[in-house]
Amino acid sequence: MNAHAPILPILIPFAAALLQMATDRLAFQRIVGLLTTALLVVVTAWLVLLADDGVLRVYALGDWPAPFGIVLVVDRLAAGMTLLTAVLGFLALLYASAGFDARGRHFHPLFQFQLVGLSGAFLTGDLFNLFVFFEVMLLASYALLAHGGGLARTRAGISYVVLNLVGSALFLIALGLLYGTLGTLNLADLASRLPLAGHDQALARLAFALLIAVFVLKAGLLPLSFWLPPTYTAAGAPVAALFAIMTKVGIVAILRVQAIALTPAIPDLLDRWLTTLALATVVFAALGVLAAARLRALAAWLVLLSAATLLITPAQASAPVDAAALYYLVQSTLAGAAFFLLAGVIADQRGGASDYFKAGPQPAIWVKIAFLILATTVAGLPPFSGFVGKLMLLTTLRAVSSGTAIWVAIWVVLLASSFIVMIALARDGCLLIWEHEALAGQPPAEGIAWQRATATLLLVAAGPLLALFARPLADYAERAANQLHTPGAYVAGVLAPTAAKNGGEEAR
Amino acid sequence: MTDCRRPTASGKDRYNRASGALLDDPDNAFLDEACVNSSLLLAAIPATAFATFSLPLLVQRCGRAAATLAAATVMATCLALLLPLAPAAFAGHSEVARLAWLPGYGLDLSLRLDGLGLLFCLLILGIGLLVVLYAFYYLPTSDRLGRFYSILLLFMAAMLGIVLSENLLLLLIFWELTSVSSFLLVAYRSDKYESRIGARMALAVTGGGGLALFAGIVLLGHIAGSFELTVILAAGEQIRAHALYAPALILILIGAFTKSAQFPFHFWLPSAMAAPTPVSAYLHSATMVKAGVFLLARLYPALGSSDLWFWMVGGSGAMTLVYAAATALFRNDIKGLLAYSTISHLGLITLLFGLDTPLSVVAGIFHIINHAIFKASLFMAAGVIDHECGTRDMRRVNGMFRVMPITATLAIIAAGSMAGVPLLNGFLSKEMFFAETISYPQFEPLGWALPLFATIAGMLAVAYSSRFIHDVFFNGEPIDLPRQPHEPPRWMRAPIELLVLLCLLVGIFPGWTVGPLLAAAAGATLQAPLPDFHLALWHGFNKPLLMSTLALAGGVLIYALRRPLFAWQAHLPPLHPRTAFERFYRALAAGARRTLAVLDNGSLQRYSALLVSFIVLLGGWAFVSGPSADVRLPGQPADEAAVGALLVLLLGALGATALYRERLLAVILVSVVGLVVTLIFIRLSAPDLALTQLAVEMGTIILLLLVLYYLPPRSAPRSSARRLSRDLLLALLAGGGLGLVTLQMLASPFETMSGFYLQQSLPGGGGANVVNVILVDFRGFDTLGEITVLAMVGLAAHALLDRLVLLAPQHDADGRPWAAEAHPLFLSMLMRPLLPLSLTVSVYLFLRGHNVPGGGFVAGLITSVALVMQYLANGIAFAQPRMPRHAVRLLALGLFLAAGIGLTSWLFGRPFLTSAHGHVQLPLIGDLELASAMVFDLGVYVVVVTVVLTVLAGLGSLSLRARSQIEEV
Repeated sequence: MNAHAPILPILIPFAAALLQMATDRLAFQRIVGLLTTALLVVVTAWLVLLADDGVLRVYALGDWPAPFGIVLVVDRLAAGMTLLTAVLGFLALLYASAGFDARGRHFHPLFQFQLVGLSGAFLTGDLFNLFVFFEVMLLASYALLAHGGGLARTRAGISYVVLNLVGSALFLIALGLLYGTLGTLNLADLASRLPLAGHDQALARLAFALLIAVFVLKAGLLPLSFWLPPTYTAAGAPVAALFAIMTKVGIVAILRVQAIALTPAIPDLLDRWLTTLALATVVFAALGVLAAARLRALAAWLVLLSAATLLITPAQASAPVDAAALYYLVQSTLAGAAFFLLAGVIADQRGGASDYFKAGPQPAIWVKIAFLILATTVAGLPPFSGFVGKLMLLTTLRAVSSGTAIWVAIWVVLLASSFIVMIALARDGCLLIWEHEALAGQPPAEGIAWQRATATLLLVAAGPLLALFARPLADYAERAANQLHTPGAYVAGVLAPTAAKNGGEEAR
Repeated sequence: MTDCRRPTASGKDRYNRASGALLDDPDNAFLDEACVNSSLLLAAIPATAFATFSLPLLVQRCGRAAATLAAATVMATCLALLLPLAPAAFAGHSEVARLAWLPGYGLDLSLRLDGLGLLFCLLILGIGLLVVLYAFYYLPTSDRLGRFYSILLLFMAAMLGIVLSENLLLLLIFWELTSVSSFLLVAYRSDKYESRIGARMALAVTGGGGLALFAGIVLLGHIAGSFELTVILAAGEQIRAHALYAPALILILIGAFTKSAQFPFHFWLPSAMAAPTPVSAYLHSATMVKAGVFLLARLYPALGSSDLWFWMVGGSGAMTLVYAAATALFRNDIKGLLAYSTISHLGLITLLFGLDTPLSVVAGIFHIINHAIFKASLFMAAGVIDHECGTRDMRRVNGMFRVMPITATLAIIAAGSMAGVPLLNGFLSKEMFFAETISYPQFEPLGWALPLFATIAGMLAVAYSSRFIHDVFFNGEPIDLPRQPHEPPRWMRAPIELLVLLCLLVGIFPGWTVGPLLAAAAGATLQAPLPDFHLALWHGFNKPLLMSTLALAGGVLIYALRRPLFAWQAHLPPLHPRTAFERFYRALAAGARRTLAVLDNGSLQRYSALLVSFIVLLGGWAFVSGPSADVRLPGQPADEAAVGALLVLLLGALGATALYRERLLAVILVSVVGLVVTLIFIRLSAPDLALTQLAVEMGTIILLLLVLYYLPPRSAPRSSARRLSRDLLLALLAGGGLGLVTLQMLASPFETMSGFYLQQSLPGGGGANVVNVILVDFRGFDTLGEITVLAMVGLAAHALLDRLVLLAPQHDADGRPWAAEAHPLFLSMLMRPLLPLSLTVSVYLFLRGHNVPGGGFVAGLITSVALVMQYLANGIAFAQPRMPRHAVRLLALGLFLAAGIGLTSWLFGRPFLTSAHGHVQLPLIGDLELASAMVFDLGVYVVVVTVVLTVLAGLGSLSLRARSQIEEV
């Protein structure tokens, strides 16, 4: 099994989806989904342990060597991201299994296909294959977004689909240009050819710029971020929770392309513009946090805010910054997802007042405590993971910035956004949690299904736990970032089997 | 790290020594036992506090007393843990314990106990115990107290953490924890608006200040190279010489000033008085607001002794001292008066640290102690009055001396201390302050200014203290009180009695009582030998005594002249920080909403325009900014046929864009584009692509036509000319740019890996048709992904169209009714025999696909088109029942075929999707080359057919529902 480990994160949810498509019985689909996703958590955790030896695991599909066939490449970053996907997927699915999945058809197979797309996007070493997995994600996410129906979902869905289809077209154009210019779409092969002479450098720059444009569209960079908040607000709680990792797919892709292909050959491609726009996006998202009228909208803006914060990092092209970014990525994804689930729980408990920021029935005490912990986490206040992440980002960003003005601007924006989130959450939390008003004619708050409570609490607990065990995670992130920033080893690891084979054949 | 010497309480470096013990390092053989024990003890103090803070909540079901007892036990335990460590701290030793947490970023659990920390620990735990006792009586009996005490203990734990931190980042964590826990305490009566807004304001100011402190500490750590206090305190010279000293200092001071309510950040404290009185006594007099001045004291050796320090700390302190004292005089609420008095006294302490001499620092520390003692007792007394009278308005609460003489006496003594009356502790530190202003060296030309200023401040303090004493306890009869007041319960008064006793003891016997503690704390603050001072009640007739006398007399005079002053004050514009804060927040939120509304109008057209502009700008910049951007164009000649085809293509595309309102026409024009592309593929010798393109074209056009039926009859209003020209410009830039770039690419040297595929297709993939071998073998994984996407389209269509009811229009856009005859006879006659023929063609294409143009995808499309034609020709009612059911299972089957055959390669120890091929002799048919990839291709076929059918069936049932709806109408 060891040899096939890299493809398991893709095949497990794929098999689950096929099983779930074979029957319409919801109970069966739930059991299959939960069991396989739990298995996925175990397998990806094992993959993380495997990957932590620092050896690149290359899985050549169809036994065709790179760059001719498609390869999956497992390094620490890819393994870690699949584990994050699996954990998030399991908890979101647990939450959804308490009735949300029954609000429409085919929720379960679509959910598993979404996991297929996410895992594939993190694992693949081939840009066309990345495109395919982006499409898998897009289709599944569109169907999941629409799950449950309603006008808001349909309306948000249209913007989401149209813009992302334009993004897909752009992706194809970028791939066409890359292939036409460099003659390959394997990332390692691209990286090895870029520094060599003989290709049109302007075209290569253009092609990579378009590729980055696709990724920042997925991550919600200004001015391409308008679709994100309404989409995430409209999605059902468990779907939005899973979507919390979707923006991160674009970011991981940028980090990877930047470290492996761009830094050695086109180091100035992300210069200035990405950091500037990312800071503008942080400001934009902070405005959204202030303006939000309900908790899920606020959570959606927070997801944008964390994505924008992360988009500051790639242009720095530094392993320590990326290590901090990876820690921040993990914690902000889990916290963002927790917020969506908690918003769902609060909406359930407050009846007609839902999760709108207005007086209504009070939620249960455990919900209040969970809200307090989560609010502290996402505002970046001590002692939870949000603070640790921010600390890591601030220190490393200062250390690597080329000019004082840059890190000062980054610090001011990041700390000011923390402040905005803090005062907004204090005000909105007061309204949600404390401003009691019994609604006439409303049924009393319903009890929360154990699946929902468990999933929400586990995700909320991530904030304290990731702070408490910050060191193992930060150390792993550091090793992952260092591995990412040795592009030579990546290129050699992916292409070496081919070279050896060719050498062998020539010898014969 | 192994340095673990016991203190030698002599020598010049007496205060610089710290012993450390690395708790998580088992290899450390050099630790002597005593050192480990004291490190463990030290770590146990905050650990106990944090581990047990929820105890009252857990035992509250056993009653209020149990909760109270639990809280007191926790505090007493911490105190008991602290006492064995006290002698070393008194001796000038700094005990340090470390536990690694996130060492890569300088964040460690390292603790430190020295004289300063000890002093604050004693204040926190001592006054904490009194507050616990007091709150038991103060809070209503309906309150089960578990929540209150738990939050209070959490706060206490955080406070202990601040004063025991050796690592500054750790200190910051505890710092913000006090902000959060004080938010909960201030908002304890969460159903009251004042509580909530006071809490939010306190959080905004102190939490925001914490963020500034965060930045400041990170900078300071960078300057000093460590976040450990031991290192930082020894690096004062280096820090002050660094370029980043000023920003670091300013940021840290913002943190300290917000917490200690220094001007201009003082406004949150009076509003935070909405908290229950025990909270005010604890947080807002003795502990939390002292965290700011604690930080000043803590970092004094590292940051002090500079002009910037003097002007900022001294300036803000002086400003606060006088401004808040003057304001306090005019407060009608007892707690309001005490709040402003607290701000003023904090200003005094800040000013003392700002004066930046060793003696002024000693005086500052001394005043911290004194203020904590008398102000806590005053708040408790105010709470008693509030508790008994039901109001705190000094215009109504009068003549209390007769009603509660004991409480009144206690409060009067405490207020006397606040005013600086001799024999009381407040007098001593105020004398030291006066003495410092006189001897201050830096103000030579204006030597009289500082003492004068100090005297005025002293007068104001006397004035508001007089008002408190006179208004509350004398001044006639109480007016219209909600309750009939009398003396409080015996034990409610006990904490006040104890504190007032301390006021007297310290005031009369300073050297015996507070002397050693003050020396230890001041020594630890200065990190240097103490200046020469001695605490005594009587220093002879000197200038400070004169100033004190003047202040007392002047203060009483000011109070005597209060009527004109109050009349004057009534004309000043009223200040309502609470409403101002809420207004500020609302304006901020409204501004955010307005900005967002301007930026984001929800229009998809705008989003798309932004996306395209972004792409054009970024792409253009990347292209132009590169090293070589020479533009080449290929010189390939074009023949007439190609030019003609391209012209048709252009016309089709332009026509579809221009006529998008005429939907039917637009769809037909789009299909023209598709057909021309097909022709181009044929011309460029790509029969596979041409076949696929043709089949896709047919399928999509038919489906599009079916969907068109449901669109609203009228299309959207015409866009403005401005928008049209904007869009035209964008389209020209994006399309033209892409065209040019493509030309450039085609003219560039071109070398791809296609050669490998051509070479390996037959020997490695077992097929002569390279395109098909790429699809099912070389890049079969992509194809698997793509058919997954297709299958999801089927699932999504099934899910979305299920139960969807759309209103079917009965007329077209021009109002003409749809033809009644749905299915032309001629068409259905033609289509039925055509079905088996088309199926045969698709089977043929499928089977030959591996070697000559064809394959599962094309075959699937052709089958689909044939089936679609059946729908069109014979109607849904005829076709639907004849189509396979369980479409979803068929989709799964298709995916299973493709993935399952890929999985079989595992049996042979090969990776997923490795293909095998060989020759098989079949009877009748003869030699047949079979490849495992054909099963994969079969999966593709099944998925393609099923998806088209699912979509069709979905649309079909949609129209059935629509029809039944119309019939109902």
